[in-house]
Amino acid sequence: MGLLTFKGGIHPDDGKRFSKDQPIRPLLPEGDMIYPLSQHIGAPANPIVKKGDHVLKGQKIAEAGGFVSAPVYSSVSGTVKGMEQHFNPAGNKVECIVIENDGEYNEVDYGPVKPMEEMTSEEILEKIGDAGIVGMGGAGFPTRVKLSPKEPEKIDYIIANCAECEPYITADYRRMLENTSDLVSGMRVVLSLFPNAKGIFAVEDNKRDCISKLQEAVADEPRMDVKALVTKYPQGAERQLIYAVTKRAINSSMLPADAGCIVDNVETLIAIHNAVINGRPLTERVVTVSGDAVQNPGNFRVLLGTNHLNLIKAAGGFTEQPAKLISGGPMMGFAMVTPDAPVTKTSSAILAFKKDVVSRNPETACINCGRCVEVCPSRIIPSRLADYARRQDIDSFVAMNGLECVECGSCSYVCPAKRQLKQAIGSMRKTALANKRKK
Amino acid sequence: MNEKYRVSSSPHIRDKIKSSNIMLMVVIGLLPATVFGIWNFRHENAWILVVVTTAAAVLSEYIYEKLMHKPITINDFSAVVTGLLLALNLPPTLPWWMGVLGSVFAIVVVKQLFGGLGQNFMNPALAARCFLLICFTGQMTSFVYDGVTGPTPLADLKAGEAVNTMDMLIGNIRGTIGETSVIAIMIGAMFLILMGVIDLTIPASYLISFVVFIVIFGGHGLDPQYITAHLCGGGLMLGAWFMATDYVTSPITTKGRILYGVCMGLLTGLFRLFGGSAEGVSYAIIISNLLVPLIEKITLPKPFGKGGER
Ligand code: SF4
Ligand code: SF4
Repeated sequence: MGLLTFKGGIHPDDGKRFSKDQPIRPLLPEGDMIYPLSQHIGAPANPIVKKGDHVLKGQKIAEAGGFVSAPVYSSVSGTVKGMEQHFNPAGNKVECIVIENDGEYNEVDYGPVKPMEEMTSEEILEKIGDAGIVGMGGAGFPTRVKLSPKEPEKIDYIIANCAECEPYITADYRRMLENTSDLVSGMRVVLSLFPNAKGIFAVEDNKRDCISKLQEAVADEPRMDVKALVTKYPQGAERQLIYAVTKRAINSSMLPADAGCIVDNVETLIAIHNAVINGRPLTERVVTVSGDAVQNPGNFRVLLGTNHLNLIKAAGGFTEQPAKLISGGPMMGFAMVTPDAPVTKTSSAILAFKKDVVSRNPETACINCGRCVEVCPSRIIPSRLADYARRQDIDSFVAMNGLECVECGSCSYVCPAKRQLKQAIGSMRKTALANKRKK
Repeated sequence: MNEKYRVSSSPHIRDKIKSSNIMLMVVIGLLPATVFGIWNFRHENAWILVVVTTAAAVLSEYIYEKLMHKPITINDFSAVVTGLLLALNLPPTLPWWMGVLGSVFAIVVVKQLFGGLGQNFMNPALAARCFLLICFTGQMTSFVYDGVTGPTPLADLKAGEAVNTMDMLIGNIRGTIGETSVIAIMIGAMFLILMGVIDLTIPASYLISFVVFIVIFGGHGLDPQYITAHLCGGGLMLGAWFMATDYVTSPITTKGRILYGVCMGLLTGLFRLFGGSAEGVSYAIIISNLLVPLIEKITLPKPFGKGGER
């Protein structure tokens, strides 16, 4: 069978060589731990500790602020210093709980864990929600909500997003190699919620070793399968991934569940395993530190709330002063104002680059070359949409399907005129969506 | 380590290709036809015309932008492409100042007055050629080869005379400076295809629909000699590979490009078989340029998830 894929997409230098062969190393934090109340999509969590409180590792410090929300746990033992405004990786000042780490890592007594076979679906979902799990690939949508579609029996595919199509990031890659059984176990938990579903591990074919490792691991799992995808960006974008695996296509007004699918990424499935099988809340994740300005790129298992400065230090610091820091991948990640920001549930990487290619490539006039159209996975016309956005012409923007954009950035990447297409389309999309909600 | 870093919206990486690289590659792609043309006509006016016409295009862009206090864009090479393309579309004996006039018209009227690069809706070089044809019909249609003035092979063909298709392939025939040698044009076109600057969509749909048209209406059926002569003559190759493929004046989607190619093929056939002159490529392309907004409207792609994913 041929490799699975979608139409469009790009082939940037994947940069994975820097960190791909570095095994995951655990990293203990230095300094205060910082926990933003909003590390997910939905209502911010409400703090339930106050200044001076002593907390243990694994203790809940903020509870979900609604159904679409997620609680936050302390990843160390220590004393609550209070609430502070702090930069998050995306460069916004946000409300955070700050905890002084006592370095003891005294942990909460989680008590006996009920075997999964004895739990009802509702109990499993409860466990996942209560562990504070959200989409850890970057979206941050509360996993419990995602796993609660109206008709669970109509879900026929659970897709593990093992594409990791963003350049440079190797966190999922290392997880697949080193924690294969946890990943498969996470899938087993999710499958138990959906009686008619098949579990598919969808891996880009540049990760052959992961494919064979996973194939071995699912050999005795009748409900699971491994599928190889063409290596190209954005193969891991939810709609494109679903299409590649199932040939079902959804648009912006549909949910994956409408196509009988639920997609979870590698780190999320491992967190589900930890929550349901081990009874542990979400307090850590793997983060890749890479880029041409980093001394020793690598992959680290870090406690959530750890300052990114710790990660940079652990990777040997910078070889020279970088011009740009990115939280997440170079295609969809955020440019960081400062590295003095905590690792959150959705931080998959910190990348440091010697040069800022964006400021070195000023925008020029569109030459109508059609490259943006060719690569757009949403099959829309980025060049025209960016023109409408510039003119604030919302009606034409919507009529020309601007809302279908998945903000993958492929158009900006290929444009020979270096137009910031995704930026223009993205902000117009936000305005148009807000208007739509108002109506 | 607490200084602030540069921020910008994602993506944070960019492909290496730039507009100026693309234009430069087009210039390189035009060189085989240019060099052949200058050598072929062995007329010193030919190279003077090429140099002066190209220089005039660049200079008029510079002066216009300077006067209008706009950013100077001559280093994007697009004016070089326009000037050179215009020169290749001129008879080798044309007085040089007519070439200059053509360049100024192409750059100032067709390109800059509509807002500069990317905004013009007609190919500037072709529009200038048509402008010169109207102003100086005599000089623009007088073709000399080896010191003898006479009709082009395509005019011969139209008059029902035999033509030498081998000569038409090589290019040692009457015509404009750059249009005569199919081989030289194809070397340049192959280069552009290999470099990813152009693809086959437009030239193929143009040439195929043109051939279909003349097979049906030409009165010679599938006669290979007749078809080859039509394909090789009258600037069709230069037009199909270098002017119809101009990004700015062609549709942005693949479907649109196919339809655009078909339009040009049919119009070229129509002009050649039923029109007054033997040629027709320039007018076919210009008229199709004007049809682009309409073509784009009827070939709007379906987005992903609404039928466009396949
Ligand atoms: S328009 Fe949107 S979906 Fe299409 S390539 Fe650009 S960012 Fe991606
Ligand atoms: S890639 Fe850039 S230059 Fe080409 S059509 Fe799109 S916006 Fe215009």
